[in-house]
This record gives sequence, C-alpha cells and structure tokens, in this order.
Amino acid sequence: MSTSEPVPAVRPARPDYLNASYGVRSWLLTSDHKRIAILYLITVTFFFAIGGVAAALVRLELLTPAGDVFQAETYNKIFTTHGIMMVFFFLIPAIPAVLGNFLVPLMIGAKDLAFPRINLLSWYLLVIGGLIALWALIHGGLDTGWTFYTPYSTVYSNGWVVVTAVGIFIAGFSSILTGLNFIVTLHTMRAPGMTWTRMPLFCWGMYATAIIQILGTPVIAITLLLVGAERLFHLGIFDPAQGGDPVLFQHLFWFYSHPAVYIMILPAMAVISELVTAFSRKPIFGYKFIAGSSIAIAALSFLVWGHHMFVSGQSVYAGLVFSILSFMVAIPSAIKVFNWTATLYKGSVSYQTPLLYALGFIGLFTFGGLTGLFLASLGLDIHVHDTYFIVAHFHYIMVGGTIMAYLGGMHYWWPKISGKLYPEYWSRVSAWVIFIGFNLTFFPQFIVGYLGMPRRYHQYPEEFQVLNVMSTAGASILGIGYLIPLVYFIWSMRYGKDAADNPWGATGLEWQTPSPPPTENFVETPVVSGRPYDYATGREEVALG
Amino acid sequence: MHFLPEEASSFAGHVDALYLFLILVTAFFSLLIGTLVVVFAIRYRRKSPDEIATDVHESGALEIIWTVIPFGLTIVMFFWGASVYFRITRPPTNAIDVYVTAKQWMWKLQHADGHREMNELHVPIGQPVRLTMASEDVIHSFYVPAFRFKRDVVPGRFSVAWFQATKPGKYHLFCAEYCGTRHSNMIGWVYAMTPADYQAWLAGGNPGESLAAAGAKRFVENACNTCHGDVPGARGPSLAGVYGHAVRLSNGQTVIADEAYLRESIVNPQAKLVAGYPTIMPTFQGLIGEEGLLQLIAYIKSLSPPAPAGAAAASPAPAPAPTPERKASRP
Ligand code: HEM
Ligand SMILES: [Cu+2]
Ligand SMILES: [Cu+2]
Repeated sequence: MSTSEPVPAVRPARPDYLNASYGVRSWLLTSDHKRIAILYLITVTFFFAIGGVAAALVRLELLTPAGDVFQAETYNKIFTTHGIMMVFFFLIPAIPAVLGNFLVPLMIGAKDLAFPRINLLSWYLLVIGGLIALWALIHGGLDTGWTFYTPYSTVYSNGWVVVTAVGIFIAGFSSILTGLNFIVTLHTMRAPGMTWTRMPLFCWGMYATAIIQILGTPVIAITLLLVGAERLFHLGIFDPAQGGDPVLFQHLFWFYSHPAVYIMILPAMAVISELVTAFSRKPIFGYKFIAGSSIAIAALSFLVWGHHMFVSGQSVYAGLVFSILSFMVAIPSAIKVFNWTATLYKGSVSYQTPLLYALGFIGLFTFGGLTGLFLASLGLDIHVHDTYFIVAHFHYIMVGGTIMAYLGGMHYWWPKISGKLYPEYWSRVSAWVIFIGFNLTFFPQFIVGYLGMPRRYHQYPEEFQVLNVMSTAGASILGIGYLIPLVYFIWSMRYGKDAADNPWGATGLEWQTPSPPPTENFVETPVVSGRPYDYATGREEVALG
Repeated sequence: MHFLPEEASSFAGHVDALYLFLILVTAFFSLLIGTLVVVFAIRYRRKSPDEIATDVHESGALEIIWTVIPFGLTIVMFFWGASVYFRITRPPTNAIDVYVTAKQWMWKLQHADGHREMNELHVPIGQPVRLTMASEDVIHSFYVPAFRFKRDVVPGRFSVAWFQATKPGKYHLFCAEYCGTRHSNMIGWVYAMTPADYQAWLAGGNPGESLAAAGAKRFVENACNTCHGDVPGARGPSLAGVYGHAVRLSNGQTVIADEAYLRESIVNPQAKLVAGYPTIMPTFQGLIGEEGLLQLIAYIKSLSPPAPAGAAAASPAPAPAPTPERKASRP
C-alpha cells in the first residue's frame, strides 16, 4: 500500500489506513477492507438520504386526507422510490457492507477479507446498480411498490420496471459477493487460537447473514429477470391472460424477500450483542444460544414466505404450515432478547451513547417482533394484511431495530473507524430524539391499521386523520434525529478529539490495534487464548440456576 | 378516539378477542423486558471507572424456561388463529350469492336476481353472503374492516369467500391490494340492512334480467349449447346437475365441480377432461369477459338446484327442463 505521494504533516505519528495514501485513485482502487467500508458508508448514506426524502414527501401527502400535495401517480412513484432505496440499497447492505467489512477481519485477527478485490468489485456493483435504479426511479418513475406484484408490474404499469429491476439485479451480486467473502474469510482466516466458539458474536451474525445472502439472493435475481422478460417478451409466466399465474410471482418474490428481512435484522442483532456486553463490562449471557439462534433464524427464514399470502387464496393447509413456522422463527428471536437482558444483570452498566441505542433497539425490536405474532396468526392477519398495521410492524423492526443498531454500532466503532471522538452530549440527544420521534411516527400506524386504513393509499377517509398527523409529526422529529449524528460525525472528523486505541475498555481484537488501524490491521498477528468478552478475568465465576 | 373498527360481522368478535389476547401478551413481554432493562441499567450502573462486573453468563435452566414459555404461547396463538381462520374460510351452504368483478379502479357487484351495483353493496344482516370474485386486470383485494374480512381478487381465477353481517350500518369497502394509480379511489360502501329493509331494497329498482338468464343467453351466443345440448349422443357432457357434484375425469381422478372447476373448464378445457368425451372443446380464454364468465357460472349453477340439507353431494340433481332459447338456436 505504499505510494509515492508525499505524506503530509498533519498526523505523522503513526501510519494508518486513512493516511496510508491520498487521492481519489487511492480510494477508488483500494483493496483495503477498511477503506471499502468507508466507500460503502458514503454510498449507503447517500441512498438513505434519497429514501429519507421520499419518506418525508410521503408523510407530507398523508398529513391531510385529500390527495392534495401530489398527483396519485406521483405519490405512488414516491413511495416506490422510498421502499426500493431503503430496502435494496440501504438496509440490505448497511450493516454487513459497512460495519461487517470494517470489522470482520479486525475481529478475527486477519489482515483483510479473503478476496479483497472481489470486495471492491462488490462495492462497484452496489454503486452501479444503485445509480441505475435511482435513475430509473427519478427519471422514468416506477409505481409498482418495492414488491413488484404481477400482473401489475408485468403488464399494466407504465413505469420503468425493467431498468429498475436491472439495477436491483446488479446490486444483488454485490450482496452475494459480500456474503461469499465473509463465509470464506471466517472459515479460513481466523487468527491462531480463535476457535468458532471464541469468535465474537458479531461474526456469528455476519456468518448467518452471509448464508442467506448466498442462498436467497439468486432467487430474487431470477425472479426479477422473469419479470423483465415477461414485460419485454410477453412470455406468459405470470400473466393470467396467457395462462400464467400471478401468485407464482409472490411465491418467488417472498422466497427471497422474507429471508431478506433477516439479512436486514441478523446483522443488527449481531451489533447489539457486542454493544450490550461491552457496556455491561461482562461476558455475554448465553453465548452459545445467541450464536445458535442466529443460525436457527437463518435456516427457518427460508420456510415461512407463505405468510405474506394468507389472503391470496393459497390453500388452507399451506396457510397452516406457514403460520406455525412463522411462530417458530419468533422463538430464536425471543431467546436473543432474553439473553441480552440477562447480560445487563449484575453488570457494570455505563450509559454511553452506543448503549442507549442498544437499549432502544431491544425495546423496539421486542415490540416489532411481538407484533409479528399478530400477523402469523391466520385469522387475525386476514384483517390487518396490507393495512398500516403491517407498515408499523416492519418499520418497528427495520427502522426501530436495524437502524438503531446500525447507529449504535457506528457510535461504538466510530473512534476505531475515524480515530476521533464524537461529542458525547449531542450523541445522547440524538439517541433520545430518534427513539421518541420513531415511536410517535409508527405507533399510531398500528392503531390506524387495525382501524382498517389500507397501505399505499394516496388519500384516505377523514376519520384516520388524527393518527396520520401524529405520524407525520413524529416523522419530522425522527428526521431531525437522523440529521444530528450526520452532522457531528462529519464535524468530529476534523474537530473531534483523538480517540484512544480502546476508548471503551472493551475486549475484542479490534480494540487491540491502533485507532485508526494500520493498513495491515495488526503489526503482529494476534494469538487468541481465551473466551470472548472476558471482562471478568480473575473473578470467580458465578453460575445461575 | 376509537381503537377498534365497528364489529359488524360474525367473525369480528372472534378476531378482536384474539387481538386483545395478543395485545395482552405483547404488553406483558414489552413491560417485562422494558422493566428489567431499566431496573438492571439503574441497579447495576457503573459506580467507579475500574469496576468489574460479576461474571454471570450462563444458565441452562433459564435458557430452557425462556425457550419453552414462548414456545407454549405461540402454540396457543397458532391454534387460536387457525380456529378463527377456519371460521372464515368455510362457506356455509345457505349463503346468498353476490358476484364481484374488480377492475382498475372500481367494484362491480351483481346480485343473483340481476340487481347491479357499482362501488356499493347492499346485504341483509343475519344471512351469510357468498362472494364469487373475478378481476379484469390486476390483483385487487376486497376489504371491509368492519367485517374483518379481506380476500384478494386474483385475475385468471375466481376468489370465493363469505361473510355474514350482524349489525345494520354503512361500512367502508376498500381495495387493499395495491393496483395502480387510483388504488385509493377504489373504495365504496357496504350497506348492511335488516332483512325487511333488504327485501324493500330488492323490490325497489328494476333488477332487469337475472344473472342466470343472462348466462343462459351467453350459453347460446358462445354456442356452448351445440355440444352441451343435453341430448343423447351430444359431443359434450350435460351440465345439468354438475355444479357441486363429483365429476369423473379421464385420468381416473374425481373432482367436485365448484366455481374454480367450471371456470377452468371454460377457459382451459384441456386441463381436466371429463371421462368419456373427446378433447374437442375449444378454449374460450379471452373470448368471454369476467362478467360473462360469472353469468355463465351463475347459469350453470342454476341447473343444479341446491341439494336439500344433509343430502349427499353425489346424488344426481334432477335435470331442469330445457330452456326455450336452447332449442331455438339449434342449427
Ligand atoms: C418475530 C418474528 C416475525 C414474525 C412472526 C413476522 C411475521 C410477519 C408476517 C406474518 C408478515 C406478513 C403480514 C402480511 O403481509 O399480512 C410480516 C410482514 C413483514 N415483516 Fe415480519 N415478522 C417477524 C419479524 C420480522 C423481521 C425481523 C423483519 C425485518 C427485519 C420483518 C419485516 C417484515 C416486512 C418487511 C414485512 C412486510 C413486507 C411488505 O408486505 O411490504 N418481520 N411479518
Ligand atoms: Cu415474511
Ligand atoms: Cu387496489
């Protein structure tokens, strides 16, 4: 990684991955997993911003019952842009590609991922796919929703279905390659002494996620290919007028997209396991159960897709099977929540910002997961399916859960990533503002959903207005909450205090190397000799129960 | 402010009871976790910078407890949810029929006696209403929150579902499946009426031709009667008494002729062939619109008077007298 460019005098003390070389080329052609993580960070933040603006416009329209701000068609394009940007270009890549990329090699004592150049390729694929999709969404417009249901998407919509699908298709390879890279890295590059049961839980979570990425993503790729082919060549796969089956599309779509919701949440759970233990300064409770439950979730997630089709006319028996299996996925999730809570017990709990985010996650995820049980209950889902109840459910998990965890993780590892400290006061403010704004935005949606307000409605009956106003008010607070960290993270890069190598007093190999780490991560390959999260060395072990 | 929509169907109370149970479970676990998190965070807050925690990090007993209790609860939810679902899925036999055609962006409703409505549906309370629904374009979903009733209307097939209103009133009808630009305009009202009011409503207005009569015309227009002519040696099987009864297929299987079967036999006749007949029937895919199909089905159903309660489905229904139109159009 040496270059001939001059090293400036700003920070001459020790070479790190940020000052190892300069210039745009040194970033765009890097194969350093840490720099690629930064590239991803910028990219997903950009897509998040686009998705966020779209969300703000959706909430603006819903402030009043009449469809008075946008034309119906424009509104439909906006919520489609919101969903596609957030799901495919933010939530799916966010934690694995940013934090996972940065941390997996550091946590297992490796110099890089197994395939550094493939890693760079996967970033390019995300950027190219994302820009194609964005261009299609903004220039051409697409009004199918992120779910692309047929035959609307294949025959009736006049949006840019094919181009958007191409964008998502390309980005899918990014996800597959990242998953592949993680699996190979975790199998072959762990430092001496780092057995599977000594591996940090973050890595277990990434491993489980990678399995889904590799097995699931090809299915969505093929499905979108079929949608495109049907639209262009009228193959008649999904079009009933030609003897096709529109519900077949739903099976294929959810066969990926249900597991994909776990691509979004497993990494978040992985982050929380790290945060809770670090700020309780105590070994995590039930290490094996948390690790095992990640794998159980990954496996079960492939068996429940039919719960999105309880009212589409699938057979009663299929409904029963998908219902019970959906309940079963809740159990490993519950196990995690209980173990995190127990980790706090008799801990030495420090309320720093990452922990605030983590505790927020636990609350919101628990609530989101419990509301999933409503939907898995056949008789009840008939009523709430495709209403705002569903919207509230998945936002509790994907926004309340995944984004809380992502931000918690960003705060926790920011000193390592940037070598700087963020302002403690403002960071606590942001955690509270986000938590409050979030609940105000999405809690009313459970109520309005049960009252019967369907999702994807441009205008709605007047009796739903009060709850929608609350939701829009909450969204404004939430939006501010997200801007605060953006501002102070950027601010801290220039003005923040230098971070110590291990500012939290945490275990984990990533804290045993300088902040920011040198390009090769470790000066000497570390050797692991004990269990993970060994905060209590020298103390007697107390067993419960 | 209301937290529940009006309970106006025979399912509504059952769905709400399950909902309340789940709210209790959710409240219990949210409070449990919330309280524990807050209490632990306060009770065990770090008091000095070099404090070290007590190393409590595993308990097989606890892991078993918090696996088994959620498991037990989810099993209860599963069975409860399934039992409500069974109530919703099994259509009773004494239902009145309403035929629904969904298209971007309106609901067209036809009553058996020929009354037609647009984005409005009048039904009596206390009697099951059976909807046979078809879509002319994309997927829509027939949703009446006050009835806790929803069913997707998928193009290319019939969706059959039922409800029973219990309380007179005017209730929202929504399209719940996103169907394009004016999805949120695809709304209407369901009027649940006392039987007396309903009879008065039926008596008012000019219903025109009954659905079955309209179907009988189409039967001739499309020359169905040339083969299904109900005469010895006809090229196709007689359709009298078919609906609701067992049909033996050429592959040896037996199916019950329901709406889905009849529809398939018209648009894709080669899919299931009746034993003993040649494969000569042409497909009518694309030639008969959704409303026409519904009328034909209503006609074919009218050839099978409902079996008296308790009668076995296999007993052949008496063949109805041939309709005059049929004779008239014989070539
Ligand atoms: C505790 C386990 C969970 C259960 C039992 C559960 C159950 C369900 C069910 C049955 C549905 C379909 C409801 C319907 O459309 O009528 C659903 C929708 C959804 N869930 Fe969950 N869920 C769980 C966890 C999650 C997680 C972890 C995520 C995301 C990270 C998630 C995200 C979603 C999304 C995105 C949808 C709706 C997608 C759409 O229609 O656009 N769920 N959930
Ligand atoms: Cu799902
Ligand atoms: Cu619709």
